[in-house]
Amino acid sequence: MPVQTAAPRIEVRPAATTPTATSKAKVAVRNLDFFYGRTQALHDISIEIPERIVMAFIGPSGCGKSTFLRTLNRMNDVIPHTRVGGHVSIDDHDIYAPGTDVVELRRRVGMVFQKSNPFPKSIFDNVAYGLRINRVTSSSSELEGRVEQALKDAALWTEVKDRLKTSALSLSGGQQQRLCIARALAIRPEVLLMDEPASALDPIATSKIEELIFDLKKQYTIVIVTHNMQQAARVSDRTAFFLLGKLIEVNATEKIFTAPDEKTTEDYITGRFG
Amino acid sequence: MDTHRHLDDELSSLRDRVLLLGGEAEQALERAMYALSERDSEVAQQVLDHDDRVDHLEVEIDRQCIDIIALRQPAARDLRFVISVAKMAPVLERIADHACNIARAAIDLNNEPELKSVLDLSRMAEHALHMLRSALDSFTTGDAVAAREIIKSDSAINDLYNHTFHRLIELMVTEPATATRDARLLFVAKHLERIGDYVTDICELTVYMAEAAFIKHT
Repeated sequence: MPVQTAAPRIEVRPAATTPTATSKAKVAVRNLDFFYGRTQALHDISIEIPERIVMAFIGPSGCGKSTFLRTLNRMNDVIPHTRVGGHVSIDDHDIYAPGTDVVELRRRVGMVFQKSNPFPKSIFDNVAYGLRINRVTSSSSELEGRVEQALKDAALWTEVKDRLKTSALSLSGGQQQRLCIARALAIRPEVLLMDEPASALDPIATSKIEELIFDLKKQYTIVIVTHNMQQAARVSDRTAFFLLGKLIEVNATEKIFTAPDEKTTEDYITGRFG
Repeated sequence: MDTHRHLDDELSSLRDRVLLLGGEAEQALERAMYALSERDSEVAQQVLDHDDRVDHLEVEIDRQCIDIIALRQPAARDLRFVISVAKMAPVLERIADHACNIARAAIDLNNEPELKSVLDLSRMAEHALHMLRSALDSFTTGDAVAAREIIKSDSAINDLYNHTFHRLIELMVTEPATATRDARLLFVAKHLERIGDYVTDICELTVYMAEAAFIKHT
């Protein structure tokens, strides 16, 4: 009877199955520094965010991840005594170049905040708001169609279609957050920035937001800041770890959560940081 | 208590438990081979009686791994450790099962006249035991280099099994009266050869735990 002998063993590592930094970059950041007055909050950040993926930013409080998120649509411009250096490009166009239309930039790069902030208006008017002020639509039927589509994209339509004229403030916290996402989607941005979008929501509402993020990445490039590492693991394709204003590591999410390259990253995600 | 200190304690407890299971498997094999070589059926029966303890330990480890994953949500090296332990525990339990099968063969053989020689079985058993001990050591220290060396050494057990197999077949032909006993020894040899394979699985898990590298089936 022939007996099997040990075959030569070749070591392999799993190939990343998610889009990598070598995919077409929707957002490219090079050597970005950011200052609040004399305090440098971001140090020499370089990163590429491929198109139509979910990129998660993780890191301890104060590490600069939200500040960095806001540099991607120049939301920091409204904060006095701030200064930015380096380059941020979207589709190869430097968004900090002189003459950049910041309003147009923020139409292309939408944002959803930690705390839902619906206007004290009807559900319909909240979603229609951006379309009206940007004069995006020419007819009321087109406006209604765009509002309906945005609410459908935000997975809210079936819950509100019969009460579009009621106040947005009557919605639950999770519904208000999805309404804000619908408001952002109505003007058809290319990139969606989400700053801890589910941190104030219960697990069911959080799950809906996460499912929504999963669906939205088919159409949008999504960047999410989250303190919830399991959330980053669940929703993102790539994860970037920030610490003390520096980008420590960016990698495929499965790599970050199973075998990160940097010890500091590993210490943080295993709870041994500091 | 810090959350990570709590997790560290649980991981440490899990490590202790899997090493305890490894020690049980090692002892079962050692005692089964002693029962065979010294024709001591009492010791063989002790191995069989002790197997419940091994099964119980495996279930405890399973539960502990599930609890840690569900409640602590480990990541990176912690996750790799828990996954490795969860996959290693059944392997160690199967090694103990093979030891039980050897103990059963010993009881059967001890009821029959003694064979002149057990050929290379003692050498095979020593090699398997050495591999198992070294594999548990390399797991404890997370030494992937040592684990890879142990994997290579499995070929020695395969060679010994080959040799034993052919020698026993010859004996069955030349001395048909001992064929039944030879067949029992052949099964013992096969159990030892399988234990070598299981130790290889343990070492592959150690490499995964230490380096996040998948070397199984390659």
